[in-house]
Amino acid sequence: KTRTHVNYEVKEDVAVIRMNDPTSKVNTLSVQMQNEMIEVFNEVLANDAVQSAVLISSKPGCFIAGADINMIQACNTSEEVTKLSQEGQKMFARIEKSPKPIVAAINGPCLGGGLEFAIACQYRVATKSKKTVLGTPEVMLGLLPGAGGTQRLPKMVGIPGAFDMMLTGRNIRADKAKKMGLVHQLVDPLGPGLKSPEERTIEYLEEVAIQCAKGIVNKKISLTKEKGMMQKVQDYVMGIEFVRQQIYKTVTAKVMKMSKGLYPAPLKIIESVKAGLEQGPDSGYLAEAQNFGKLAMTSESNALIGLYHGQVACKKNRFGVPERPVKNLAILGAGLMGAGIAQVTVDKGIHTVLKDTTVEGLSRGQQQVYKGLNDKTKKKTITSFERDFTLASLTGQLDYSGFEKADMVIEAVFEDLNIKHRVIKEVEAVIPPHCIFATNTSALPIKDIAAASIRPEKVIGMHYFSPVDKMQLLEIITTDKTSKDTTASAVAVGLKQGKVIIVVGDGPGFYTTRCLAPMLAEAVRLLQEGVDPKKLDALTTGFGFPVGAATLADEVGIDVAAHVAEDLGKAFGSRFGGGNVEVLKTMVEKGFKGRKSGKGCYVYTPGLKSKDVNPDIEDVLEKYKLTPNPLVSSDSDVQYRLVSRFVNEAVMCLQEGILNGPVEGDIGAVFGLGFPPCLGGPFRFVDTFGANKLVEKMRRYEEVYGNHFTPCQLLLDHAKDSSKRFHK
Amino acid sequence: SQRMLKQTLFNLLKKTLAKPGVKNIVLVEGVRTPFLLSGTTYADLMPHDLARAALQGLLHKTSLPKDAVDYIIYGTVIQEVKTSNVAREASLGAGFSDKIPSHTVTMACISSNVAMTTGVGLITAGQCDTIVAGGVEFMSDVPIRHSRKMRKTMLALNRAKTLGQRLSLIGSIRMAHLTPELPAVAEFSTAETMGHSADRLAAAFGVTRLEQDEFALRSHTLAKQAQDAGLLSDVISFKVPGRDTVAKDNGIRPSSMEQLAKLKPAFIKPHGTVTAANSSFLTDGASAVLIMSEEKALAMGYKPKAYLRDFVFVSQDPKDQLLLGPAYGTPKVLARAGLTMDDIDVFEFHEAFAGQIMANLKALDSDWFAQTYMGRKVKVGAPAMEKFNLWGGSLSLGHPFGATGCRLVTTVAHRLLKEGGQYGLVAACAAGGQGHAMVIEAYPQ
Repeated sequence: KTRTHVNYEVKEDVAVIRMNDPTSKVNTLSVQMQNEMIEVFNEVLANDAVQSAVLISSKPGCFIAGADINMIQACNTSEEVTKLSQEGQKMFARIEKSPKPIVAAINGPCLGGGLEFAIACQYRVATKSKKTVLGTPEVMLGLLPGAGGTQRLPKMVGIPGAFDMMLTGRNIRADKAKKMGLVHQLVDPLGPGLKSPEERTIEYLEEVAIQCAKGIVNKKISLTKEKGMMQKVQDYVMGIEFVRQQIYKTVTAKVMKMSKGLYPAPLKIIESVKAGLEQGPDSGYLAEAQNFGKLAMTSESNALIGLYHGQVACKKNRFGVPERPVKNLAILGAGLMGAGIAQVTVDKGIHTVLKDTTVEGLSRGQQQVYKGLNDKTKKKTITSFERDFTLASLTGQLDYSGFEKADMVIEAVFEDLNIKHRVIKEVEAVIPPHCIFATNTSALPIKDIAAASIRPEKVIGMHYFSPVDKMQLLEIITTDKTSKDTTASAVAVGLKQGKVIIVVGDGPGFYTTRCLAPMLAEAVRLLQEGVDPKKLDALTTGFGFPVGAATLADEVGIDVAAHVAEDLGKAFGSRFGGGNVEVLKTMVEKGFKGRKSGKGCYVYTPGLKSKDVNPDIEDVLEKYKLTPNPLVSSDSDVQYRLVSRFVNEAVMCLQEGILNGPVEGDIGAVFGLGFPPCLGGPFRFVDTFGANKLVEKMRRYEEVYGNHFTPCQLLLDHAKDSSKRFHK
Repeated sequence: SQRMLKQTLFNLLKKTLAKPGVKNIVLVEGVRTPFLLSGTTYADLMPHDLARAALQGLLHKTSLPKDAVDYIIYGTVIQEVKTSNVAREASLGAGFSDKIPSHTVTMACISSNVAMTTGVGLITAGQCDTIVAGGVEFMSDVPIRHSRKMRKTMLALNRAKTLGQRLSLIGSIRMAHLTPELPAVAEFSTAETMGHSADRLAAAFGVTRLEQDEFALRSHTLAKQAQDAGLLSDVISFKVPGRDTVAKDNGIRPSSMEQLAKLKPAFIKPHGTVTAANSSFLTDGASAVLIMSEEKALAMGYKPKAYLRDFVFVSQDPKDQLLLGPAYGTPKVLARAGLTMDDIDVFEFHEAFAGQIMANLKALDSDWFAQTYMGRKVKVGAPAMEKFNLWGGSLSLGHPFGATGCRLVTTVAHRLLKEGGQYGLVAACAAGGQGHAMVIEAYPQ
């Protein structure tokens, strides 16, 4: 039987074990990969001509991206998953105890199970390539490193370092990994030579790794590193049980504060590490395997894995390759959004024009782009030269010169239909026929904006989220007239900008703003009913929202919220009621526009992280005071009043065809609006929580508040038939 | 047979690269100070002192009247701020007429090549007939600056009007202000040191440590032979004020492969291949050449040594192709001159690192590289080693950055005379990912 995933050749006395999953762009520790690996490992051990081994990937851009998630998802019980974990543990234990030293030669991502494999090897060499990252991202999938990671990492990088890696799941670059003691040696990526840089770099990595393997065998390289003074002190300190207990306590408290206890994985990670350190390896490995099994069966893990798959799906262009790539992009309006869009565009090899109407506005925007890049320079992710070189692709201007070369124009001017109409006419007079006109609006229907266009097939909505460089989501809105190529082009630009993209139908508030509006209306009503902003925030974050409802209103801007509430209120009628729009309007009149004006629900003092409730809103709320109904005002009811309106609106968007499917609905809600990731998005939430239970609650609220809580037909359908699910 | 006939015909035809309507430009003479390891006998001088020595050597050797030059151009890399136009200070100090304009150029290790080609340009344009070009580098002393913070404070102190302002500025000085700023040995655009890049380049082309050490040993061995045989006739002796007279390069050290193998890698540790012994060393030195239009040289009664013919400057990616100038420049200049590799009798390539030389030779000999990176159909091939850097090179003779170009050109001329060849080719790499190549034709003797 021929092997397809793992093979080896013997170079002198070193076995070079090469991994390559022929069915995928990345290597994963699939069943096939594992089986062949064990087979090869046995052969290498049995081969007398072999003294040592090098483990390397034949894929230029990837070592091992992780375990095969499908393998875990195919399990039905926690026992099955625990068994998977134990098999992995066993395999890596054999690697760790191998009498023939094994050198892991790492180029590209070395994540999750891949990292656990690498740290079971005796020695690690990694390329300094930007693509080479090491990490344990399991926590982001609601899992833990289940193949010995929780046991080996603390020994390798120390307890604090291991917790940091496993609890944040962050990627660690090769140079940092070397400093942490995660890898032993670094290899520089090579440029052009007698082969392509990628090919030759891997070859070089292999050559160096072979030298290391030989060095270990002939004792030129020692595996027990001479410990430095700091290391000795640290080891001594960590040897004290009291210190370790303090660390567990501190870390647990931090996790509880950050996760509000809504995510089980971090706690299980702490538990597994603790079991190993306090009760010995047998208990540790057992705890790891059992906890891994338990976590795999949690709804949180299911939700997070769903988001992961959704994110991968939303990083593809389902509209195909556009006829011509966008090489010149012009942005109108150098405000926060416009400059933010420029910032994520200019470093992607796209020549970017940033146009504003005033020198002041323009220079503020240019400074924002500069600062964004310069911060990267300070963090050393790019050099000052790369910053300058990137900025050379940005042109700031006040006129329309050069627009005849633009392939796409994104307008980010003030949210006013008349202004947008004026702009579209001005622009269409100067751009070439193929140029796409994209409008960055958060609520104005695209067809209304396109009404002023002489070529509506080239008009599309691109709704970015603020701050553009931090928020991953891009909501693209198409009208009936938008051409497929226009959509393909907009998606292609968004993907280049690094965005996760949902493409939705046109309508007031599209998808995201439309879901947010009823929730904010409910939040205003709660404020009117006397719920303090801090309490409101605590209840929403307690439900899993990363930002509380009151804070969110301040971040979005009270004026924007008022604008949206009024516009969507008109479009959707009384269903969007709840809180009185006058509350928001009065706040705006008083200058409480949210964070940007220094005051909103809270008072913001520059430089201070903590914030107090704005005492002056009491008068406003007093004026519009409502009496709460005790039947629907418990803490839990407050949470579900907010969430059910959000979720119902999301389901209605699917029902009306605004959404293409539940996956995009979940991704949009989580990445654009901060819907609790542990719930996986509104659709997964309905599946998990039960549509009937949600409808039951909504009916109760409906009795008090009327149609604000009337469940939509699709939700009712799901409530009636429990076999109906949004996700398989 | 037919092939021989073809060859004979070709030899007859290739006699000269003169082009109709283009002035013939000749190298009349070339000299240099001995190249010394920095920090040795020249340690107390200033850069223009070395340049003066070279200029005086040239005057002495050519008996050129001190006012018979139209223009003087010098190349340098690390500038002494007091003599930023080192060409002017050196020419005045060397006794040239103060009526001769002079300027300084810089293009890293090919600075004096730029000085020479600038002169060629002035003659071709009909602006000048007689040019002195040269280069100087002085690494025994480099400008070490105060930190930017300190400089800012000191400049503000200059402008401070009251005692109070002055005191408050002085009071603002912290320990961090006192950290000095050394001239960076790293490429500005990539922050990578040249040795590091050379090591990566060698690895990219699969150049082994053994190949590098062998080439380094060859360079030192050949340099020693040339020195002992008195072939390095461009070297003038120089009475260093307060010190001895220096008459020889002092970096030539033929060693053994065993000795070379003992060295640890200098840049990429522990698996790198570039060591101190297979790299060029920090050097003090200056060079000068006399370039004239052929008519003028003959009119003044000189017997020129060589024609300076076609030349090119090339540049590429400063990160991954920092030192590949010769690989890019050679095919280009050969094409300009209508020559092939086989036509060249004398090669003088600048040896920055043994690994860099070997990488360039491999690049020249690779069809894949020619096709993928140079847009050529086929390779031009590597130079024959029996024609290559036969009197040593930068690895052994030393490499004063700004001065090496003139040494290469003068050496080609001298080797053509000695060996009886027709064409020579100079090629060099430079920081910034740049490079230069020039074809030199023997002057009929």
